[in-house]
Amino acid sequence: MCLAFPAKVIEVKESLATVERAGVKRSASLMLLPEAKVGDYVLVHAGFAMQIIDEEELKLRDALIAEMNGAPRTVFSL
Amino acid sequence: MSLIDKIKTLAQGKKNLRFMEVCGTHTVAIFRAGIRNILPPNVELVSGPGCPVCVTNDDFIDKAIEYSKLPDTIIATFGDMLKVPGSFSNLAEESAAGANVQIIYSPLDCLKIAAENPNKRVIFLAVGFETTAPTAAATIISARNADLKNLYFLSAQKLVPPALKMLLADSAVKVDGFLLPGHVAVVTGTKVFEFLKVPAVVAGFEPEEILLALINLLRQIDEGRAEVSNEYKSVVKSEGNIAAQKILAQVYETVDADWRGLGTIPKSGLKVCEEFADFDIEKILPLEIKPVKKNTACRCGEVLRGICKPTDCKLFGRTCQPLHAVGPCMISVEGVCAAWYKYGNFKFS
Repeated sequence: MCLAFPAKVIEVKESLATVERAGVKRSASLMLLPEAKVGDYVLVHAGFAMQIIDEEELKLRDALIAEMNGAPRTVFSL
Repeated sequence: MSLIDKIKTLAQGKKNLRFMEVCGTHTVAIFRAGIRNILPPNVELVSGPGCPVCVTNDDFIDKAIEYSKLPDTIIATFGDMLKVPGSFSNLAEESAAGANVQIIYSPLDCLKIAAENPNKRVIFLAVGFETTAPTAAATIISARNADLKNLYFLSAQKLVPPALKMLLADSAVKVDGFLLPGHVAVVTGTKVFEFLKVPAVVAGFEPEEILLALINLLRQIDEGRAEVSNEYKSVVKSEGNIAAQKILAQVYETVDADWRGLGTIPKSGLKVCEEFADFDIEKILPLEIKPVKKNTACRCGEVLRGICKPTDCKLFGRTCQPLHAVGPCMISVEGVCAAWYKYGNFKFS
């Protein structure tokens, strides 16, 4: 139940979005996040988009995770 | 300087510090990354009542089982609830014995189940904290809009801030700061935690985000501050998710709720309000269940308050293991005991 993941909105039809992360597509309701639009990154939980994710923060986080997996250092301050 | 070196420097010379995380996903992330093993000896992480499955009481499960025995009834539930023990049985056993129990990913899946089974009554077991409750609330609104007449909710949804308030008032619980649940704060925002008056930091779920939050807690203690701080800014806004809060307020009212291990906490539960009462199975079809007093050595209640460690429980790792669990903290994949068992390898003292 307590599972949430970041994903990009690629299509919106009424209050239902199609979101994509790492090539996997899922539908997500926008009832709790009506302001989300195509191109936004959103946090998806139990079939609902819950919040728009700050893209810069997400990129920083992804870069940190990449570093932990052995990528060269790209983040020098937080 | 690495994050862990910063933590070591800040912790140097300080008294023993206990920080509590109140989110099962944090508990698992902390164990999986081995964070407890690299912290300085005077910084201890304890787990609080952060798993909505674990804090669900026996009598909720007993009630769900009673409903599952009614004719033409489908119980829809998140998979996490299947093995949670009631007084005599659990939903997995009832399913094996013939009850119609269906596992769903999203509460919205219930709409489909109800539409496809118009002659059956579909009851969704609504558990969860502030993160999950709006998804059930939005489903109720969708069901009303779709004019579905055979979908009902049995609610044991709970609110986190009242539980923290109770923990702070409990002298047996000694906590110097909280790692606040990131995805609860996505909905609630950070202001609802300002009453805490101890250092509290909203944390993300990656190991480095948890370390950043610990640094923030230690800095607050170093500088004598006690504030609510946000280290999960990518999704947590101080005002939270207003649309989700509105839907919560539209569909639910707050009531006193029973928490496993913590007892009754005032205004800590969510029940469907009068306007949507036709979706509340307890109002439409009330069932009386007999309260059962269990004699068990299970110490989940104390584990959930951070008073004892799973390894202090006589059952842990012996009669109580993930495959034949006694208490809910071992059953839920995000339960404290399950995390200790899976990642602890009996090496924790």
